[in-house]
Amino acid sequence: MSAKISEFIDLWGADIWSAIIETFQMVGISLLISVLLGLPLGVLLVLTRPGKALDNKILFRLLNAVINVIRSIPFIILLFFILPFTKFIAGTTIGVKGVIVPLVVFTAPYIARLMESALLEVDRGVVEAYEAMGIKTRHIIWHVLVRESRSSIVLGLTIATIGLIGATAMAGLVGAGGLGDLAYRYGHLRYEVDVMYVTVFLLIVLVQGLQSLGNVMAARLKKD
Amino acid sequence: MIRLENISKAFQTGTTVTKALDSVDLNVEKGKIYGVIGYSGAGKSTLVRTVNLLERPTEGKVFINDVELTGLSAGKLKKTRQRIGMIFQSFNLLKTGTVYQNIAIPLKLTGVSKKEIDSRVRKYLQIVGLEDKIDVYPGQLSGGQKQRVAIARALAHEPEVLLCDEATSALDPDTTESILSLLEQINQEFGLTILLITHEMHVVQKICHEVAVMENGRIIEQGPVVDLFSRPKTPTTKRFVQSLFQDDVPESLVKKLESKGQIVTLSFVGESSGKPALALLSKNFDIYPSILAGNITQLKDQPFGRIVVHLEGEDSETKRAVMFLEDRGIFVEGYVPEVNAHVS
Ligand SMILES: Nc1ncnc2c1ncn2[C@@H]1O[C@H](COP(=O)(O)OP(=O)(O)OP(=O)(O)O)[C@@H](O)[C@H]1O
Ligand SMILES: [Mg+2]
Repeated sequence: MSAKISEFIDLWGADIWSAIIETFQMVGISLLISVLLGLPLGVLLVLTRPGKALDNKILFRLLNAVINVIRSIPFIILLFFILPFTKFIAGTTIGVKGVIVPLVVFTAPYIARLMESALLEVDRGVVEAYEAMGIKTRHIIWHVLVRESRSSIVLGLTIATIGLIGATAMAGLVGAGGLGDLAYRYGHLRYEVDVMYVTVFLLIVLVQGLQSLGNVMAARLKKD
Repeated sequence: MIRLENISKAFQTGTTVTKALDSVDLNVEKGKIYGVIGYSGAGKSTLVRTVNLLERPTEGKVFINDVELTGLSAGKLKKTRQRIGMIFQSFNLLKTGTVYQNIAIPLKLTGVSKKEIDSRVRKYLQIVGLEDKIDVYPGQLSGGQKQRVAIARALAHEPEVLLCDEATSALDPDTTESILSLLEQINQEFGLTILLITHEMHVVQKICHEVAVMENGRIIEQGPVVDLFSRPKTPTTKRFVQSLFQDDVPESLVKKLESKGQIVTLSFVGESSGKPALALLSKNFDIYPSILAGNITQLKDQPFGRIVVHLEGEDSETKRAVMFLEDRGIFVEGYVPEVNAHVS
């Protein structure tokens, strides 16, 4: 048994390891950029609503429309659909670098929606109390809206991250590698089922771990 | 201190326009506790929210300390708001912050130094009697304790004015009492001007110097609490006053007694003036007074009594007796049975 395992590791270890690295790279980088874009977008979606601090019907409707359009396109189509845009932004359309742009385009609007729903849960009264104390809108965004919804934000980000891991499986199509690509290429195309089982197992562990981590963190941040 | 001039506020929802405030004038003097009372939908919350411009009036001017808030830039308004405390029915604390953080964070955001913040948090927590809860989250506090934190949060900015929007409406009677006492104490100790709105006459009775009664977006009656209690003019005010005195007389009894005499309601300020006068009635006139209902309650500064009396005797004699009572500063009114005087 152990001989078999060490044989497997000798044979596939390096490939699996680099696939893990690639997945982490893709997820990490695009998650970071997506949060940096998605959180402000979520805040805008909340604040440009009628009656809110930055009430702006046009911007609100535009944001909504754009987000809905992008979110209706499956990732695999989006990946090819925005190739020229990817080329323009990243300078390349292949490899990890080439897949970050479509991953961000795919994930940022999703995060914006998740942030929006998290921020909308915040008690309007608390925001009002802070307005009544003469506190600046940007402080209210950070110290009331984001702070009070941080538990939901963490849960939302967990969901987004897991969705992102799923999307990276298709990144192989543009030569970016990763765990999903490994499982597909070796397991499906070359009938190396062991490799497929191992990668699937790793993906399950990854997703389970992330979800548990997200749940624990969210519970810790929740104080009521 | 607070002056509202000809304030109107209309809300537009779809095609319907609701006039929540209709030409309201209000003047709250420094150091006073001013109550605004009215039934649900009268426009009370809208009124108190226009004072710090959480709600911008469609018309009219708001002055605080002779500064016109309605004419200030957004930045100046924020600075001014820091001197206007506000507490709410729903407390509005940060769930994710401890008691300490709930008071400290707004101070930090308004530029108070770290050392100052620490001493203020401790000082005002002590005033509201919650020093031992400093590191507790609001989720672990009772309603009354949460309101105390909210009061400490407001006081920590050392405001000149405190606005209270139904601050005790979510609390049980005992807790309401203790919060009202706290507000009274703050008013006396710091000379803080308080504008509070409520739908409970009891709150007005306990701590207010002056009161305004609102109905349909208008102030229909205002003045010192004693005056409103003893000489309510409008039916709404009468109902509010009546809500404090369970002086309903059974209808059958009213019918029976009215055939031989008159039933009147006597209102009087101070414990001493009412009953002795009543005792003198039978001595000086050919009248047999009998008390049907009534009691004496404590207003902020003096006792106030209201009794329903049956005056048995000739009409002419009754008239003279009523004049005698009125000469002694007692307000006499024909008894009106309590018709749907339901106070929500
Ligand atoms: N934001 C708003 N949009 C539309 N109408 C409003 C708004 N706020 C208040 N109103 C309307 O204005 C009127 C007065 O409301 P307000 O909240 O001031 O009453 P209130 O006296 O505080 O009542 P309650 O005792 O129920 O709190 C009501 O008819 C209400 O429906
Ligand atoms: Mg109200």
